[in-house]
Amino acid sequence: MITASHNSFVSLGDVMATIFGINLFALSGQLLVGLINGSFYALLSLGLAIIFGLLKIINFAQGAMYMLGAFFAWMALNYMGINYWAALILVPIAIGIIAILIERFLVRPIANEDHLYSLLLTFGIALILQGMFTHIYGSSGLPYSIPDELKGGTKLPFMYLPNYRAWIIVISLIVCGSTWWVIEKTKLGAYLRAGTENPQLMQGFGINVPLITTLTFGFGVGLAGFAGVLAAPVYSVSPEMGSNILIVVFAIVVIGGMGSIGGAILTGLLMGVVEGLTKFFYPEASTTVIFLFMVIVLLIKPAGLFGKEA
Amino acid sequence: MKLMKKTVLAAAMSLAAATGVQAAGVSDDVVKIGVLADMGGVYADICGTGCVTAVEMAVEDFGGTVLGKPIEIVSADDQNKPDVGSAKVRQWIEDENVDAVNGLVASSVTGAVTKVLTDAKKIALISTSASHAFTTKACSPYNVHWTYNVAALANGTVKPMVDAGKKKWFFITADYAFGHALEGIASKVIETSGGEVVGAVRAPLGTTDFSSYVLQAQASGADVVGLANAGADFVNALKTSAEFGLTETADVAGLLVFTHNAKALDPAIAAGMKATTGFYWDMDDQTREWSARFKERHGSIPAMGQAGAYSMTMHYLNAIKAAGTDESDAVMKQMKKTKPNDFFARNAYLRNDGRMVHDMLLVSIKDAASRKSEDDIYNIEATIPGDVAFNPMMPACDFK
Repeated sequence: MITASHNSFVSLGDVMATIFGINLFALSGQLLVGLINGSFYALLSLGLAIIFGLLKIINFAQGAMYMLGAFFAWMALNYMGINYWAALILVPIAIGIIAILIERFLVRPIANEDHLYSLLLTFGIALILQGMFTHIYGSSGLPYSIPDELKGGTKLPFMYLPNYRAWIIVISLIVCGSTWWVIEKTKLGAYLRAGTENPQLMQGFGINVPLITTLTFGFGVGLAGFAGVLAAPVYSVSPEMGSNILIVVFAIVVIGGMGSIGGAILTGLLMGVVEGLTKFFYPEASTTVIFLFMVIVLLIKPAGLFGKEA
Repeated sequence: MKLMKKTVLAAAMSLAAATGVQAAGVSDDVVKIGVLADMGGVYADICGTGCVTAVEMAVEDFGGTVLGKPIEIVSADDQNKPDVGSAKVRQWIEDENVDAVNGLVASSVTGAVTKVLTDAKKIALISTSASHAFTTKACSPYNVHWTYNVAALANGTVKPMVDAGKKKWFFITADYAFGHALEGIASKVIETSGGEVVGAVRAPLGTTDFSSYVLQAQASGADVVGLANAGADFVNALKTSAEFGLTETADVAGLLVFTHNAKALDPAIAAGMKATTGFYWDMDDQTREWSARFKERHGSIPAMGQAGAYSMTMHYLNAIKAAGTDESDAVMKQMKKTKPNDFFARNAYLRNDGRMVHDMLLVSIKDAASRKSEDDIYNIEATIPGDVAFNPMMPACDFK
């Protein structure tokens, strides 16, 4: 499928359209699609990067929380008549509250133990949630429609861009950008970073570090819930959806450099594009390419592309 | 201990084989049916605990005993892993004297399990697997393949479309044995019917985002985009096709659609799509009666494999009764001799290669306005006679 000879837009300039046997219009479409997926990855890896980078908790339940976000959106619509737009705000808050309870009563008691403990704990939570939803709703998935305001699409010179995908790119970048700005550029962010760097000292300055920790965890997990609501109209809402994507997102965080907020966002976008191009040139490798990339990055730059520690 | 059991079993088996005399009656005073399926993973809904329920219903309806001996059911989760499945079945045969294994979902697991069963001369009652290998290149005198297979899907869904002038096809295929088999057989059907396959893309199992593949399909200029995948892959691929406007410029054909997946689709994008199925609950009074009983116990309408699991268990037990023994060769012979006839099996017979040939249904997904309940999913468009739907028997698999 390297040359797509049936492309109806070729008339715009046959000479420019094909270079080295590759249809540039088709390629532009693939790049844009990659960027859309990348912005989605960015959103998911951002939550993980915050939780890992600031709190040093390896949250394996992040995928399950993403799944929970999509299911909550479905439940809100079907049981309570709450539409997509309200769900986009309410569901992440609900998930954030659940996360805060998990942090307060499950994660905190083992906060001083080895990182493996929190990893196993959150992994267990993920398995319980996934099993519970499979039991109640089955494994086939639930239907969720694209909101009327975002139905349809725009015809670009090289592809048809569904409005909902454009919305994903815009809202993800806004959320990622503002989160990065708050953490890296504001006073609140400075407290947050200092509080996790040296808790005792900050406690001495009168900052309530445990509260900051709990809220940060809630926010990071809330982001996964937000991504879940965003995903509900376009992907199958099923109990497995979180575990499918979690490992990829972890790989992205590792490639970006553990704990680097900006790194996670940029790597998310980059990996979306890399994966998109692989789907075009050699689809069979599309689920592997990110891990291949991870291996190479770790060999050359063990701290990750944007990591600070050596 | 295990080794000793194995030795005793092997000795007993070779003795039976050497003498060529089969003791009549029921071995070890119980007929035991194992149900092996994916119980909690991606394929849980299409067989899973529902297959266990269906087999239980069959045993109860049969009366709970055969030839005066009790019928028992054991079940296990194969997690869609061939090694897990075959280890479980080996244990069932060696330690628990299981006589036949029902359920069987992922073709990869079924491939491994049927080998174990054939070696032990035990019967495989395959309800939900799609690959046609079990009655062709991997056929066995102990395989029974009941509900459907990839050939029936291709003949049922693909051929009428090509005949109606949809000549150019593009495939989005699940990149593993099942997807390859389905794409291969569908391509053959297209070419022999005068159509052409203009391209195909192999998407790994569990792909979440199909937009890249949908763009490639769009660029190919095909009349029809065939989705040679199943479950969540199918749902995701179709959702994305609709979103990117592919459904407006070309036909999108789901080659393997289970009712549970069809239910998970927004009717606005899925309405009108045709599919081939081995069973639909709302066909007539007989299917509705059984399906209502099933739903009362299981909580949802039966998938085709679950209905098949019931029908197959009934036929198996009837054969034991008629043959007067649960010995596999005699039971297989009896199963092939008598024609199954129940709410599931219409105009049906079990061919010598183990393929159950029966009427298949061509259905289309209903739009939202014409659905009377949440289970009201399909319109039945046509009945496809079994001999038209299924692949012909290979001479090498003619086990008389």
